[in-house]
Amino acid sequence: MSGLEIAGRRFESRLIIGTGGFRSLAAMAEAIAASGAELATVALRRVAPDAQGSVLDLVREAGCQVLPNTAGCFTAHDAVTTARLAREALGTDWIKLEVIGDDRTLLPDAAELLDAAATLVEEGFTVLPYTSDDPVLAARLEDAGCAAVMPLGSPIGSGMGIGNPYNLRLILERAGVPVILDAGIGTASDAAIAMELGCAGILLASAISRAEDPARMARAMRLAVEAGRLAHDAGRIPRRLYAEASTPLEGVPELS
Amino acid sequence: MLRIVLNGESRELAAGATVEQAVAATGAPLPHTGLAVAVDGEVVPRGEWERTPLAEGQRVEVLQAVQGGAR
Repeated sequence: MSGLEIAGRRFESRLIIGTGGFRSLAAMAEAIAASGAELATVALRRVAPDAQGSVLDLVREAGCQVLPNTAGCFTAHDAVTTARLAREALGTDWIKLEVIGDDRTLLPDAAELLDAAATLVEEGFTVLPYTSDDPVLAARLEDAGCAAVMPLGSPIGSGMGIGNPYNLRLILERAGVPVILDAGIGTASDAAIAMELGCAGILLASAISRAEDPARMARAMRLAVEAGRLAHDAGRIPRRLYAEASTPLEGVPELS
Repeated sequence: MLRIVLNGESRELAAGATVEQAVAATGAPLPHTGLAVAVDGEVVPRGEWERTPLAEGQRVEVLQAVQGGAR
């Protein structure tokens, strides 16, 4: 089973982990280790001098590449500026691009997202956009030069799983870049389904960080992503309305 | 004196203060790695902090990586 390749970089793990929502930095570090993830998202916020420990050190100690995001941005302008700041602070031109259009659903603002993506690609960023499950928008983001597309399964933190698997299939059929399911995963089976549908990877945070036992859920997600990918590659049987016996009917004895 | 808005709070720095001094004023521990600065919404690259003077009323944001996704 080959790994996940994004913009020419290879990762053994197909699971990308978000660092938000953990009860403590120690819980986060334990969960990252259990998840096997090699990419971890971080946000940029005003410095808090009294902050206990550095999220960066822990992420890097866990063997993860840091993937900054533009969480909290509502306009292309703010997202682009945040990406530039992240490049400056973290020395990476990879950016998980989020441009939120609505406070309650946290759904992406398609127009602002596409605008920001085009600007950042132009500036040499490797852009990984969090997008809605709209196949046309996904195609437009790819055409704009994004290194992957990251459609949501359902709203961020909702744990509602994959709301529209048919749209996801349409995105997957056309995409020439990795499709990474981002947001909505609630439990391991959601991740497995996304991988079975053909996603190249999964990005999740809350499902692990807000679970009762984050490290245990991290391991569950790791296994689910692996299992789903294996099942996808193995080729599932078609769905049938009626039974199809796996035991031959020839040679059945007459017993009455 | 020079009055600026540092991470959302009004602050007084010595006249002629630079971006570097604004970063120090946040109390961010040394060395100042993993930080980024925007002055009035424009990124000031690390290498220019010491030679970039601030002007009265400017908004200075000093940011670092934190845990987080959506918000």
